[in-house]
Amino acid sequence: MIRLVIILTTISLIAAVALAKVYDITKVRIAEQERIKTMNGLKAVLPPFNNDIDKNAKEVVVGQDKKGRDIKIKFYTGKMDEKPVGVAFEMIAPDGYAGDIDILMGVSPGGKVSGIEIISHKETPGLGSKISQDKWKEKFKGRSLEEGSKFAVKKDGGVIDQFSGATISPRAVVGAVKKGLELYKKEFSNGG
Amino acid sequence: MADSETISSDIAGVETAPAPWLDFKELSQDLTRGLWQEIPLFRLVLGTCPTLAVTTSATNGVGMGIATTFVLIASNVMISLLRNIIPDMVRIPAFIVVIASFVTVTDLMMAAFTPDLHHALGIFIPLIVVNCILLARAEAFASKNNSIRSAVDGLGMGIGFSIALILLGTVREILGNGTWFGIPVLTGTMDLFGYDYQPLIVMVLPPGAFIGLGLLVAGMNKIEANRQKKR
Repeated sequence: MIRLVIILTTISLIAAVALAKVYDITKVRIAEQERIKTMNGLKAVLPPFNNDIDKNAKEVVVGQDKKGRDIKIKFYTGKMDEKPVGVAFEMIAPDGYAGDIDILMGVSPGGKVSGIEIISHKETPGLGSKISQDKWKEKFKGRSLEEGSKFAVKKDGGVIDQFSGATISPRAVVGAVKKGLELYKKEFSNGG
Repeated sequence: MADSETISSDIAGVETAPAPWLDFKELSQDLTRGLWQEIPLFRLVLGTCPTLAVTTSATNGVGMGIATTFVLIASNVMISLLRNIIPDMVRIPAFIVVIASFVTVTDLMMAAFTPDLHHALGIFIPLIVVNCILLARAEAFASKNNSIRSAVDGLGMGIGFSIALILLGTVREILGNGTWFGIPVLTGTMDLFGYDYQPLIVMVLPPGAFIGLGLLVAGMNKIEANRQKKR
């Protein structure tokens, strides 16, 4: 009986030590990969910039969730030769067809969308998943709140394409980007 | 998912007489067993859960296949080396600890070196732990044979599983999305089904996984039946 306990404990211990070692080795590399991913996203949604964008991110509390915890949004300000070219931040569309859609959006100083990137989504492959196609994301470039009701999916009288069989996903993305623009206006109304 | 009957009746790897330490004929049998006779997905119908979930594209099939093959070989060798130390009564928890450790290593390695694939396969990498191919091979083969044979068995089973995943991924991606390894194959001049072909979206949805797997298993049985008849 004691033998069983000793053997199983030893095996588990060896496994734990080995895993700790592997975790240690891969930790730096995984963090680096995450950073590359963020940087690639920022490059895609903002006009060209040359500052250390992820070192100057500003975190703002924008509200509380149901459990009373703060919802924080990180604003990345891109600068070209010290001149601000745009602000990028993540928005979550909670009303996707299958869960949250995580969107990274860039806003130029004039309050216009400079680009969007879909970071993660669980939409139906082949239908709602088309929101991550470049052709569709392009349509957001230059959109602003001033356009009013024109900034909506075509079914709602706007200019953004929906897909046949999938209106919910595009509508959710449009809604989140609009909310993002309002947030931007609130945070950066004095020129940002 | 775990089919205990399959596991216990799967005794092909049991040695009946003390065999020479290195027997190439035996090794080649160990390798090819997983490729046709006992190809895990089609013949043993083991490991269907991750299969149905990840085979929305051929690329996912390759990634999942490689990850599973690595874990199979590593855990088979480790369990085979420990086979005389692990008491019978605690063998299942011991096997699971070994398998789970290698799965975690694979998960971390993929996050570090192939982040895109890691993102695409998501939760199904950690879930390799509960893929019953691994426990089945540990129980039926690795715990009874030497480490070289166990490694070869893991390789054969892994390749067999990968082939099945890639086949299913191919069928589903081409029919459901019109692409193969992300390259459009159903549009343009080389169009297979005519210019107006709309991809069968159902094939990349969960029901398509069952339909695709059913068709492939049926095809496999047909080929096997013909082979038997010829004999």
